[in-house]
Amino acid sequence: MSGSRITALFKGFKAVGRTALVPYITAGDPIPELTVELMNALVAGGADLIELGVPFSDPEADGVDLQLASERALASQMTLTNVLSMVAEFRRNDDKTPVVLMGYLNPIECMGYERFAAEAAAAGVDAVLVVNLPPEEAEALRSQLQARSLQSIYMIAPTTSPERVGRIARRGSGFLYYVALKGTTGAGHLDTDRARAEIARIQQRVDLPLAVGFGIADGASAKALAETADAVVIGAAVARRIAAHLNAKEKIAAELKAFMGQLRAALG
Amino acid sequence: MTDSFAQSPDCSVKGSNREPQLPDDQGRFGIYGGRFVSETLTAALDELCDAWQKFLSDSQAQQELSDCLSNYAGRPTPLYFASRLSDNLGYRVYLKREDLTHTGAHKINNALGQVLLACRMKKTRVIAETGAGQHGVATATAAALFGLRCRIYMGAEDMRRQRLNVYRIRLLGAEVHSVESGSRTLKDAMNDALRDWVTNVDDTHYVIGSAAGPHPYPMMVRDLQRVIGEETREQILLQTGRLPDALVACVGGGSNALGFFHPFLADTSVRLVGVEAAGQGLATGQHAAPLNAGRVGVLHGNRTYLMADEAGQIQPTASIAAGLDYPGVGPEHAWLKDSGRAEYVGATDQEALDALRKLSLLEGIIPALETSHALAWLEHLSKDYRGENTVIVNLSGRGDKDMVTLAETEQ
Repeated sequence: MSGSRITALFKGFKAVGRTALVPYITAGDPIPELTVELMNALVAGGADLIELGVPFSDPEADGVDLQLASERALASQMTLTNVLSMVAEFRRNDDKTPVVLMGYLNPIECMGYERFAAEAAAAGVDAVLVVNLPPEEAEALRSQLQARSLQSIYMIAPTTSPERVGRIARRGSGFLYYVALKGTTGAGHLDTDRARAEIARIQQRVDLPLAVGFGIADGASAKALAETADAVVIGAAVARRIAAHLNAKEKIAAELKAFMGQLRAALG
Repeated sequence: MTDSFAQSPDCSVKGSNREPQLPDDQGRFGIYGGRFVSETLTAALDELCDAWQKFLSDSQAQQELSDCLSNYAGRPTPLYFASRLSDNLGYRVYLKREDLTHTGAHKINNALGQVLLACRMKKTRVIAETGAGQHGVATATAAALFGLRCRIYMGAEDMRRQRLNVYRIRLLGAEVHSVESGSRTLKDAMNDALRDWVTNVDDTHYVIGSAAGPHPYPMMVRDLQRVIGEETREQILLQTGRLPDALVACVGGGSNALGFFHPFLADTSVRLVGVEAAGQGLATGQHAAPLNAGRVGVLHGNRTYLMADEAGQIQPTASIAAGLDYPGVGPEHAWLKDSGRAEYVGATDQEALDALRKLSLLEGIIPALETSHALAWLEHLSKDYRGENTVIVNLSGRGDKDMVTLAETEQ
């Protein structure tokens, strides 16, 4: 059953006190032919779970690094259907690493919730996180995903009230995603002390594992948050490494593998 | 149910109005509207709902807004019988003169209301997106009046074609942020304004200028613009003793049209016509007419008609009028279209230019390019109306800002 990959991962890690390393890459960035290779390189470097971004023309919650990643992917006419094919191809060699699709609602809305859930499950997706779909609006999609044993990941923000944290946790599955700062992805003003304390406070209210992301750029910030979080998500910093090698794309896989290795080492 | 999420603060307007009470508690107009935002903004939108409810029931706040609209912005605006245009068209045409408000467009009605609200919410900074620059000018004006810091997001392409308004905004003490991403027009300005808001949500209020965005914006902007239709209804009854046969307004995001139409929704004899930007022509795909040629989807916090491809990516739009150059439309217009209460048509760039010149020559009034789309549709109504038939156009803005664009088209 697909959703159990995530649950099994966190259960195993909790037993040994290990923090999961979760890179985010935008499918099709910098070119669609590289995506599966990059996913494999991330895993080889130490990634425990992959968030695969579905590119969108108007990524309103993303900072400039992930905006550019979406633009690069869309320049190759990436669609949600293509993204699902990539997951299916990845699954042929890796049946263990969980894959979470992350993106905005409109491509899913256009495909139709029922068809999306069926095709995502068939491709080997484990869970779905839709950035602009808060729980109030998510029920129709959530029930379609649940019918296919796919998990729904929800976000918690620094502005989320404690009472609302509890309600979101009861609705979510797999893990919860804590947005470490008020801002967009890749922002430069992460206060790790404050975020670490906030994560500890939230964990007292929820049973689901807690991943933390937004603004984590390197091993030091990842390590600081790993003291309390169950997983750290790194996206914009990965996209910056892809962007730095647009004229030497053959080097990107090795570069990302090495970056994961550094982060893994920092996490211990 | 303890984990129910169907409990957002209810800030829909309840009262004795004869109009249908939409949106519902979730900000829905039928299947349209809602609140599709990242989690960080949910608390801010709840706070805004509460503050708006208090604002509506606070007689002191209402008095302050009313004073501002009459003594500062110049309301009520005239309802003018355009006799030479009427002779030319063969039926009676009235113009609701929003172009005569302070700053020259209907946008000031909404900006003053929201900035007053921001002050009451103890916000010290406001931000806004702008296309034609009229909403940017209106927000910068209101911010200057109340001493708030202000930043306006404007697409680089729009800054070029509406540079007079860029100069006005800066003169008013606001900062103009050039948006270089995507198509570098209104939708991209809205993306960047949302990114600013999510980052500075504690001290900043986002003054959305269209009846679009997440709940409660479509409702709040509509209610602040309703003054247009309320005055019009009173004025036409006073001047002619009866209701008009039709109202015509341009529709980009749709705030001028909604404020104009809404007080007439229950008057089912009054035909409501919204005119979208047909650009180079609806058949060419080069336009900004989602109600005429779009599909239902989710963008900028609400479900509505959008210019999007089969895969759900938002498509570039094309209109000579920067204020209409937007791939979405306010969710209440989507609802009014589906319910059949309003009809939505398109006027091309060329038709709008012709209408702008015609009104200038016949009435001595230079309308904005956006407004000219509504005026252009009057030609089509000649087949339906004659003699004593009465049509009112919302003259939503003046055309001074468009002289650069006009000069370019003549070269």
